[in-house]
Amino acid sequence: MSEKKTKRRDFLFTATTAVGAVGAAAVVWPMIDQMNPDASVKALASTEVDVSALTPGNTLTVLWRGKPVFIRRRTQEEIDEARKVKMEDLIHPEKDEDRAKNPEWLVMLGVCTHLGCVPLNDKGDYNGWFCPCHGSHYDTSGRIRKGPAPLNMEIPKYEFVNANTIKIG
Amino acid sequence: MSDHDYRPKSKVGQWFNDRLPLLTLANHLTDYPTPKNLNYWWTFGGILTFCLITQIITGLTLAMHYIAHADMAFESVEHIMRDVNYGWLIRYIHANGASMFFLAVYIHIFRSLFYGSYKAPREIIWIIGIIIYLLMMAAAFMGYVLPWGQMSFWGATVITNLFSAIPFVGEGIVTWLWGGYSVDNPTLTRFFTLHYLIPFLILGLVVLHIWALHVPGNNNPVGIDIKKPSKDTVPFHPYIVIKDGFALLMFMIVFAFFVFYSPNILGHADNYIEANPMVTPAHIVPEWYLLPFYAILRSVPDKLLGVVAMLSAILILAVLPWLDTSKIRSAVFRPLYKQFYWILVADVLILGYVGAMPAEGLYLLIARVATAYYFLHFLVILPVLGFKEKTLPVPLSITEPVLGGSPNLATARKKESKIE
Repeated sequence: MSEKKTKRRDFLFTATTAVGAVGAAAVVWPMIDQMNPDASVKALASTEVDVSALTPGNTLTVLWRGKPVFIRRRTQEEIDEARKVKMEDLIHPEKDEDRAKNPEWLVMLGVCTHLGCVPLNDKGDYNGWFCPCHGSHYDTSGRIRKGPAPLNMEIPKYEFVNANTIKIG
Repeated sequence: MSDHDYRPKSKVGQWFNDRLPLLTLANHLTDYPTPKNLNYWWTFGGILTFCLITQIITGLTLAMHYIAHADMAFESVEHIMRDVNYGWLIRYIHANGASMFFLAVYIHIFRSLFYGSYKAPREIIWIIGIIIYLLMMAAAFMGYVLPWGQMSFWGATVITNLFSAIPFVGEGIVTWLWGGYSVDNPTLTRFFTLHYLIPFLILGLVVLHIWALHVPGNNNPVGIDIKKPSKDTVPFHPYIVIKDGFALLMFMIVFAFFVFYSPNILGHADNYIEANPMVTPAHIVPEWYLLPFYAILRSVPDKLLGVVAMLSAILILAVLPWLDTSKIRSAVFRPLYKQFYWILVADVLILGYVGAMPAEGLYLLIARVATAYYFLHFLVILPVLGFKEKTLPVPLSITEPVLGGSPNLATARKKESKIE
């Protein structure tokens, strides 16, 4: 009797616990997933912006998915400054050519990659953006150069619908 | 304890108590033997209970008028302030009540640190207390979001973004917390729900906190184990009830001063501007009670490590009973610990101050030194001190030093022998 053997009862305990755990998980998941973005939030996927009034050296800020998007019409100096930076000087190396397909237009999420504040235009040590919350400096390509932010400001999916209209999303 | 022998006098009482022994519990609470040397630092437990109940009652009444919707929240708060009968009073009590709650909890925590109340056999009381403190911070943070002002919105953005520091799953967690791609209406409604729930969780934990306290009984300024009940104890009622009541009245004077004379001094003017996702206020600061941890967050240049440091600064308290290796509880008998204790108090105050200042130049340097010292205190000084420190002799009972006229046993004995 004292021998340790796997018995029918042990099997039943294990099987019952396993089925119970699966059942509990199946009930818990909807409770967790309901907090994810709902269909109406996801539906606000794209927005079209008229940029005809924007002159070089100016920035337009629009709201997309509740977040500000910077549309910067860059001057030639800003483009040159962004393009001559060496890759090894960057915290998050990305070519300006990849960030701004059309060099005159820089379209990016105006959200600091540190903790999500909106950086200020034409500020900071690199003539680009400066985040007032915790002091991150971005260059004229929106790349992180100094401060606690780990990444460059994100480039959203966008396209020129025609010469004067940008579709974000 | 003698509780179990308790028998109500009246027939009805006996009938009821045999079925649900609530009267036995009430008798335990009134007769509960308490060390007779408890000083006023021990009155903050009662004060904190008052704070919790005040927050629950004012919170319930505010919820009758508040509307948890991104388009209406800000206006509904102004509606409470201007239109609702005594709405201004209830809101100011609730908003300042949060600050008073934290003021009291910090005194309560630092009292435990001074008198070693977290040490065996009171570790569970202490850990429940730390969980309550964490829940208080969560409730306060979410409550601050509800008026939907600029500080509400950007505070919520910054704090929820802390989770994005987690590798791989961070971004997904933040989106899940928001219920969208930024802080918005879904975030507001869930924060309101949780803000409503947490005080009741705290209430439950307070019951456990007191239950766990009543097993070994109160620590005391001398920090020694005492016999209960004995000449060293007095019944909770009326002795402690009156003392707690008097301290509560003094506390309410301070409370009332803030509510009636400077109700906005602890808040931030930017929160009277409605939330705007396009513009971040120039200088984001959390409420004063979170500033030391905010300073720790900003003193680390790396995003993930900054978050780790901030959370560790709080969670390290939970393991304090095992980091402090000294067998002596009260700092009264620990000459070195007493000095380090006051350095820690100064360190936390400095962290709070630099947390309110911009994170640059000298402020940043001070924040880094103070952060390093904070961890040094808990991880190095406390464990080493237990082995190295030469402690003073501890009296055998509470009565002894009182009759001897000195808290120090040696001098007390000397005096006694002189009298003889």
